[in-house]
Amino acid sequence: MDLFEYQAKDLFAKHDVPVLAGEVIDTPEAAREVTERLGGRAVVKAQVKTGGRGKAGGVKLASDPAEAVEKANQILGMDIKGHTVHKVMLAQTADIAEEYYVSFLLDRTNRTFLAMASVEGGVEIEEVAATKPEALAKIPVDAIEGVTEAKAREIVEAAKFPAELTEQVVSLLQRLWDVFVREDALLVEVNPLVKTAEGKVIALDGKVSLDANAEFRQPDHEALEDKAAANPLEAAAKAKGLNYVKLDGEVGIIGNGAGLVMSTLDVVAYAGEAHQHVKPANFLDIGGGASAEIMANGLEIILGDPDVKSVFVNVFGGITACDAVANGIVQALELLKSRGEDVSKPLVVRLDGNNAELGRKILTDAEHPLVQQVDTMDGAADRAAELAAK
Amino acid sequence: MAIFLNKDSKVIVQGMTGSEGQKHTKRMLTSGTNVVGGVNPRKAGTTVDFDGSQVPVFGGVKEAMEATGANVTVVFVPEKFTKSAVIEAIDAEIPLAVVITEGIAVHDSAAFWAYAEQSGGKTRIIGPNCPGLITPGESNAGIIPADITKPGRIGLVSKSGTLTYQMMYELRDIGFSTCVGIGGDPVIGTTHIDALRAFEADPETDLIVMIGEIGGDAEERAAEFIKDNVSKPVVGYVAGFTAPEGKTMGHAGAIVSGSSGTAQAKKEALEAAGVQVGKTPSETARLARGLLSS
Repeated sequence: MDLFEYQAKDLFAKHDVPVLAGEVIDTPEAAREVTERLGGRAVVKAQVKTGGRGKAGGVKLASDPAEAVEKANQILGMDIKGHTVHKVMLAQTADIAEEYYVSFLLDRTNRTFLAMASVEGGVEIEEVAATKPEALAKIPVDAIEGVTEAKAREIVEAAKFPAELTEQVVSLLQRLWDVFVREDALLVEVNPLVKTAEGKVIALDGKVSLDANAEFRQPDHEALEDKAAANPLEAAAKAKGLNYVKLDGEVGIIGNGAGLVMSTLDVVAYAGEAHQHVKPANFLDIGGGASAEIMANGLEIILGDPDVKSVFVNVFGGITACDAVANGIVQALELLKSRGEDVSKPLVVRLDGNNAELGRKILTDAEHPLVQQVDTMDGAADRAAELAAK
Repeated sequence: MAIFLNKDSKVIVQGMTGSEGQKHTKRMLTSGTNVVGGVNPRKAGTTVDFDGSQVPVFGGVKEAMEATGANVTVVFVPEKFTKSAVIEAIDAEIPLAVVITEGIAVHDSAAFWAYAEQSGGKTRIIGPNCPGLITPGESNAGIIPADITKPGRIGLVSKSGTLTYQMMYELRDIGFSTCVGIGGDPVIGTTHIDALRAFEADPETDLIVMIGEIGGDAEERAAEFIKDNVSKPVVGYVAGFTAPEGKTMGHAGAIVSGSSGTAQAKKEALEAAGVQVGKTPSETARLARGLLSS
């Protein structure tokens, strides 16, 4: 889960990483009072989960409270790379002398963590990495030892921070590591890390991405979710504990197992090439135990998607037996009807694996007018695409 | 022979007394696996009855190994306790730890991986968030259904559980030496490369099927490895061509970030290494058949 800048700033402050005071607002009028509290001047910053907002006009300086209201009014509602600005942060101003870069992230390739640091901050770090790779220090961090004082010094030396800032940056890196570990982050990035005219080192802008798998020990993280921005179908699926991603096609997909569902999307997209280029409408993994209730919940989400023209249920019975899945489908359709849902879209079902014969027989005997069976995954994908193209 | 697991493997189950642990221990026993014990410090000294066979519960992995000669542990403990369970297995120097538990925080998997490496790599870790591995007809460590396929000469390594089952099913008439589900998390123990190296050295494997998916660069690195080190034919499949950028597709590691981790890049890397890559699981199975009959 990627956080907004103001949420990242709050986490930094929680772990004593030096930041500037700031407050987030969602109406222009609120800017007046906040700016007064911040000392009469403020930087008005669009809160969007994308880079390049400065260039897009999403960051503006206001030298008095009235101007802050005006700037907030300009920025709120702005579109930055497809992201609508719903909130702005007003932050204290600072005289910036230098801009640097530091981050901690997961290095998947080497199965460890990585510190990156550069004295060339303030620009997209990908640009520094591409044009001046020698200016970006990359130091592996042991997952057990973490960023000790010695490791922090190693990072500071490798990135060639000015000698007079060593102690400040060493301290900041250790605190930033606390954010990374204690908040179960996959990424913490400070860009820019600045030196002010008074020689103080401050995290001016931050990016944090949190590990959704750590929710079991991070109860506070749920509150950081941007529920307003979530697709309503995705939000409804999440509330039912379903693993669902909305896509932009016409064929609704239900399957078991992440890999098989990803594969199903691909196979439907290939099949769609021959049927007016219809595409998968969603990713939905109902997992191992495809009970009638889970199947009903999944079907309800998918049938509730107005983009969906046909549904492909693709199940390989591994641990789950196909007869249970078939019963689940039959019961789910009845359940949805009794809930008053509109069940009128065709379902193509492919069952294979454990008790497939029995499962197929159950569906055949049920004679549901909307359900058709195809024995192979490729064939069923083709049929579902054909039905969606009609 | 096969790889990592065979008829002589003695298996213990960490978390055997939990509901998932019990269910799958029963399945493992039914498929002929030599399950010699379970681990649960709170139930040490008791036994669990599985259709008449009494499986003893030990207080720790080391104790279980000393009492039974176990050389494989299968970990079912809940995600909160998985890190300490795996570290206990590493401390006991058990040769193989198969971590089935899903939903493990990356900071935990990175920590137990670092610990395994610092301990000298005596314990091979498979997973986490994986279905385990099966050597058909010999032993089954994890949750892979044992009756899909029969013993044969294809080696299979896969990031995905259900695609593993699908491929085992497609090629069930030919059969498999060993099928290894390595999991789709961002940090895993055994990689595609580890399995490829083992299959290349295994005289009972004639052809290797490798299944990858979006995210990371494991498939690209496997392609590099194949170029220089694998003489046996390899057939590949990659899932996730239609996955949008920045969205996690079920597995924690299955995410395209910017332009990296795409299925297209993985397919191209594998093809450049001489691997035939199927467009669908069925086509991949046909490619494998073609190579075996030629």
